[in-house]
Amino acid sequence: MDLIIEITIFVLAAFVGFLAISKVPTTLHTPLMSQTNAIHGIVMLGGLIVVGFADDGLEKAIGLIAIAFGTINIVGGFLVTDRMLGMFSRKPRPAADEERPTP
Amino acid sequence: MTSLAVLEPGGDLATLLYIVSFSLFIFGVMQGTHPTTAKRGNLIAAGGMAIAVVTTLLLDGIGNWGLIVAGIGIGTAVGVIASVRVQMTAMPQMVALYNGVGGGAVALIAWSEIRHGIELGVEIPLDELIPILFSAVVGSVSFWGSNIAFAKLQGLIPTQPLAVPGQQVINALLLIGVVVACALIASDNASPSEGLFILVLLAAAALGNLVVLPIGGADMPVVISLLNAFTGLSAAAAGFALDNVALIVAGTLVGSSGTILTMEMATAMNRSVANVLFAGFGGVPAAGAGDGEERPHTSIGAQDAAIKLAYADSVVIVPGYGLAVAQAQHAVKEMANELEKRGVQVNYAIHPVAGRMPGHMNVLLAEADVPYEKLREMDDINPEMPRTDVAVVIGANDVTNPAAKNDPNSPIAGMPIIEVNEAQQVIVIKRSLSPGFAGIDNDLFYEPNTSMLFSDAKQAASDIAAEVENL
Repeated sequence: MDLIIEITIFVLAAFVGFLAISKVPTTLHTPLMSQTNAIHGIVMLGGLIVVGFADDGLEKAIGLIAIAFGTINIVGGFLVTDRMLGMFSRKPRPAADEERPTP
Repeated sequence: MTSLAVLEPGGDLATLLYIVSFSLFIFGVMQGTHPTTAKRGNLIAAGGMAIAVVTTLLLDGIGNWGLIVAGIGIGTAVGVIASVRVQMTAMPQMVALYNGVGGGAVALIAWSEIRHGIELGVEIPLDELIPILFSAVVGSVSFWGSNIAFAKLQGLIPTQPLAVPGQQVINALLLIGVVVACALIASDNASPSEGLFILVLLAAAALGNLVVLPIGGADMPVVISLLNAFTGLSAAAAGFALDNVALIVAGTLVGSSGTILTMEMATAMNRSVANVLFAGFGGVPAAGAGDGEERPHTSIGAQDAAIKLAYADSVVIVPGYGLAVAQAQHAVKEMANELEKRGVQVNYAIHPVAGRMPGHMNVLLAEADVPYEKLREMDDINPEMPRTDVAVVIGANDVTNPAAKNDPNSPIAGMPIIEVNEAQQVIVIKRSLSPGFAGIDNDLFYEPNTSMLFSDAKQAASDIAAEVENL
């Protein structure tokens, strides 16, 4: 791909990121950060490409670690985000009635 | 090598699938405006990631399947176990750790690409080599910096700032060294030196350690946010090197969003990002400020506090860093429950930097079953303060200091605060009168309508809850 096209994409993506994030309320910034954190796990694709085309032993080893790291980033990131957001959307417990059974 | 041989690398179909994938990332993030849609948005973004991974696996020429499966297997197992086990209070260090491995992956990929280029013996074009060098440096800084942030938040190393004499000079020299070495590698792009490249990785590693080590625990929100942006940008750079549009867009998205969050955090702490990184504030309280003179204040016990609260119409709870440290969120929720049973209206005023990362306090309170509607942002609740009967400050200090508004000479002048001093009465739950992390005395403690309850946050909240119940 042309470098200049890539730079165009880069600049536009920066503005999109700016606009998308400024609408998220402060209250949800931790899950948001955790979700964007998971999204940059996409570097794992780089690991796949490196390993997929590697012939040299060290290159394979480096790539293997990169894939494992990237996968931890992706899987862990999306999962904890899901857990956190679950905290916000869950219904309040049906109050203290269960805790104090009638004698 | 066998390959599924479906998609041509760099071909239109592969690129189209990558475009679908990054569109889902953007759409997923845009759904983050409300908790109910945010959960779906997160799943949509995860779906985008699945498409990107599958697309890559279908590229023509991809082999070494055993290694790929092993890498994905190990990563998935570690990611799932860590995410299911982690406590909500430990979320900041979890995010730091995930961020670190992401940065590490970027740096390793850069190393592998350089090796690949050297082996092929062909000239690496500068529009690939420069992004490779950038991603190597930033990825390495991010990996080591995040690990230090993790270790600090997890209590593995002291959270106090560790000052090294001549720190700024060493950092500056390291940075100059890294830039010069990168320039040398780039100037010889026909046969770049792998040894020099490894030196760059090591120097960047040292830089990541040295920059984050001196930063105090209370500044970690800014640091994690910044490192998150760094990893994003390094992923985008890797995308330039690999001509991969999904990496460019996803990485940039994270880079720009992380940058905004970082600047918002810094503004909320009334500091510049540079000041957080290089001033080593966080731990050097302005010597002696506020001590020496004993100013008159009112001290009360849990019973008096309970009476004040139980007979109020509206109460606003202002939780801070101290509440997170004491893990008092469940006790505070119990206290609020008792008050609500008596018809008191309870809300929570959350300062943007409460907790250990942006928005962390909200997650902790949500975990304790506080409804989302009751978590009010600073600008939203401040106008209601004069109509509030009692404001309860728990483990927060500087973010409630009226000096930020009233005293132009104060070190925190101009910092946005939660205006509890506007409330009819204020109860401050705190261990002592000691100054907060800015090292300055809080005028709030000496206002005539402020009562101090000297206690541990968790203990005080459960004591008050018990007293209210017995009223």
